[in-house]
Amino acid sequence: MLQIPAWKRILILGVCLAGLVFAFPNAFYSRVEQHNDAVAEIEAMGSTPERLIAVESWPSFLPSTLVNLGLDLRGGAHLLAEVHVEDVYADRMDGYWPEVRDALVGIRDQVGFVERLDSAPEGTLQVRIQNAEAMPAALDALRELARPVATLTGVGARDIQVAGQGSVITVELTPEEKPAPDHPTPQPALEIIRRRVDEVGTREPTIQRQGENRILIQVPGIGSAAELKALIGTTARLTFHPVVSASAAPNDAPGAGNILVQDLENEDQYYIVESTAVLSGEDLVDAQPTFDQNGQPAVSFRFNPSGARVFGQYTSENVGALFATILDDRVITAPQIREPITGGSGQITGNFTVESSTQLAVLLRAGALPAELTFLEERTIGPELGQDSIEAGRIACIVAFVAVLVFMALAYGTFGLFANMALLLNVGLMFGILSAIGATLTLPGIAGIVLTIGMAVDANVLVFERIREELRTAKGPSRAIELGYERALSAIIDANITTFITATILFALGSGPVRGFAVTLGIGILTSVFTAIFVTRLFIVMWFERKRPRTIEV
Amino acid sequence: MRLRLVPEQTNIDFFRFARVTFGVSVAAMILSIAAWLLIGLNFGIDFRGGTTIRTEAVQPVDVGAYRTAVEALNLGQVSISEVFDPSFDDDQNVAMIRIEAQEGQESATGEVIEAVEAALLEVEPSIKFTSVESVGPKVSGELIQTAILAVLAAMGAILVYIWLRFEWQFAVGAIAALIHDVILTIGIFSILQIRFDLATIAALLTIVGYSINDTVVIFDRLRENLRKYKTTPLQEVMNLTTNETLSRTLMTSGTTLLALIALLILGGDVIRGFIFAITWGIVVGTYSSVYVAKNVVLMLGVKRDWSKPDGGAGTRFGNVDA
Repeated sequence: MLQIPAWKRILILGVCLAGLVFAFPNAFYSRVEQHNDAVAEIEAMGSTPERLIAVESWPSFLPSTLVNLGLDLRGGAHLLAEVHVEDVYADRMDGYWPEVRDALVGIRDQVGFVERLDSAPEGTLQVRIQNAEAMPAALDALRELARPVATLTGVGARDIQVAGQGSVITVELTPEEKPAPDHPTPQPALEIIRRRVDEVGTREPTIQRQGENRILIQVPGIGSAAELKALIGTTARLTFHPVVSASAAPNDAPGAGNILVQDLENEDQYYIVESTAVLSGEDLVDAQPTFDQNGQPAVSFRFNPSGARVFGQYTSENVGALFATILDDRVITAPQIREPITGGSGQITGNFTVESSTQLAVLLRAGALPAELTFLEERTIGPELGQDSIEAGRIACIVAFVAVLVFMALAYGTFGLFANMALLLNVGLMFGILSAIGATLTLPGIAGIVLTIGMAVDANVLVFERIREELRTAKGPSRAIELGYERALSAIIDANITTFITATILFALGSGPVRGFAVTLGIGILTSVFTAIFVTRLFIVMWFERKRPRTIEV
Repeated sequence: MRLRLVPEQTNIDFFRFARVTFGVSVAAMILSIAAWLLIGLNFGIDFRGGTTIRTEAVQPVDVGAYRTAVEALNLGQVSISEVFDPSFDDDQNVAMIRIEAQEGQESATGEVIEAVEAALLEVEPSIKFTSVESVGPKVSGELIQTAILAVLAAMGAILVYIWLRFEWQFAVGAIAALIHDVILTIGIFSILQIRFDLATIAALLTIVGYSINDTVVIFDRLRENLRKYKTTPLQEVMNLTTNETLSRTLMTSGTTLLALIALLILGGDVIRGFIFAITWGIVVGTYSSVYVAKNVVLMLGVKRDWSKPDGGAGTRFGNVDA
């Protein structure tokens, strides 16, 4: 018979109520948003009277989570950047060179002279030793340098591998180290981009790693992708190198272990510097825009303790030598070391403006990007277009909703009204879940909601049609209702599981707006099945208990 | 008084014109594939790389002047079209400019965008760039792969699910209907040269989901009837089933179409292509679940003895109670 235990009734109504409570703030979107922003600002920067008023505008006992609006509704910029990991590999090999050299120097009596080959393939380090017969000893010495890496599969995997052929030793990163899923490369890049884009912490950017070496950057409210690219800026790799020659020609051969670098200002000026840096931007702890003794804009910086020690030691050993400061492969300045600098702080002077010195200081503070970025995809959506889309979506939703409500009421009478109540609850629940899980609503997402409105009635239609059929075979109304639900269930479940499968695949493979669509579609399926087999049924049962009709018309 | 889309009891012979409907379906599929191969699809930048710029100006759009300004930059093929939508205000004149991917460039082209924007600003000082999208050829190639993979994965997963829940003949029938729907949708996109982009793929997958929904409901009832009428010829059981579920099929398609038509008219031009694809797919999908899926099952034949002790898979959820 038509019976639903009391606890089940309370549970069903409780879930509906919770959904509505969570959905409620979205009805007052701008007010709640102001409240949330003010709360965040007070936390970050302290309270002001205006902020307190903004906080008061929404009672704190109500939930204040909102559905996030996607870029296409809110306006903003989207970039897909690729990190050139080869640069990183090459860099790491450069970093290994001093260690390799020292290890081989330690067994010089066996291997003889050691020379680094510039012709090494990219991402590898090649060294020639004088005595080829000492190769086994050299390889043993170098293998000691390898550090273990933690991987899911390989126990005892090392970060570098060493091979010898003739008198040439090749050192390169192991395959385990290169594409390790938690490989550090895009990770620091991610953090650094976040710091550059969001120094103040109020922009709410989405910065995600995608695939092996890509980074997705989405910043709402920013004017254009070009503006965002300017914020992310250049690599800002700062290094300090000993200068070999300050008067080089563009096609001079720099010689082994050296590189030829162009001057930033004077394009005709070239320097030959040692390729291994004494220090790099990673050793900086702070950078600030400042002015030099001539009143020109400059950037002052401070090294961390170990950097300060290296810097002090190097400058005291090389008084009188030239020392180049290189930013992104261009020499900014190459002054003479007049006296040892032991305080651990210094100044970069060059042809700066106030703006460029400020920007450089920001970039240096955020840290250098470990590698160069190229942008594979860039999208800008203006806020007006987003507003238009929201407006159009809202009107379409309302019209679609009313049309479906009227249609259902005409087709199924009283039962149609129950289905309509469930449909209203369904949309409330969808918004509640979207807010609670912090999902992002996109324009295709709105389409997903409208589509769900159309499809949500399906489960009810299945049940009602079935009840009609069962009534035809002249059973009592209560039996017909019961059988209707029972027999329609397998069709409802099968039909919705298959649709849910496609929503899952859309979510897994889609990106951006498409994913937004998959989320609303998937949630819509869950809520519509819930409302159809629990909520509508509860309504019908409660109505039936009160009226006890002898006959029903569906 | 109730609104009825179909009479209380129908007794339509859905197989009476089986040859005709089958012929129509096959012909439509061949036509679609031919259009796809001969005319080709109007791929959006998601799949072909390139840049689209959406402009909005107070003055009416002068396509010729825009074209002269942009073509002076020598960016290869440029297409400019004015966009109309009932939701626009009088002083809202919108145009879409599409520039192909520049030769030899892997990445998106920031400099090109800046040059185009500067050139257009000279022609029309009030112009605003409401959306600028640029996709490099490298990403677009991968997006095509992912899209194809998504459609195939969805079909594969559905095939397996139906196979597990019903019989393999049903799975084949359902997939035949899905392929029919997807090909017809690609065909209409090719014939009408509607922009085919990532959103269209999402639409295709939605169609797949909806169409399978429809088909499964009919199959579910068919399975039930096969148990009930063990000796009736398969074709008759199928007819009975379709008649029994006809009212539901049309009701659900009706409500969904109502919602979609509202979006199609009022939802704005940005998602019109997307909504059109879904609307078309629902019409085609409803047709295919009545005329394609079952016919394929009929051709393949099906196990008639469902009276196993466990009662078959269909009752697995039968005793779930509210």
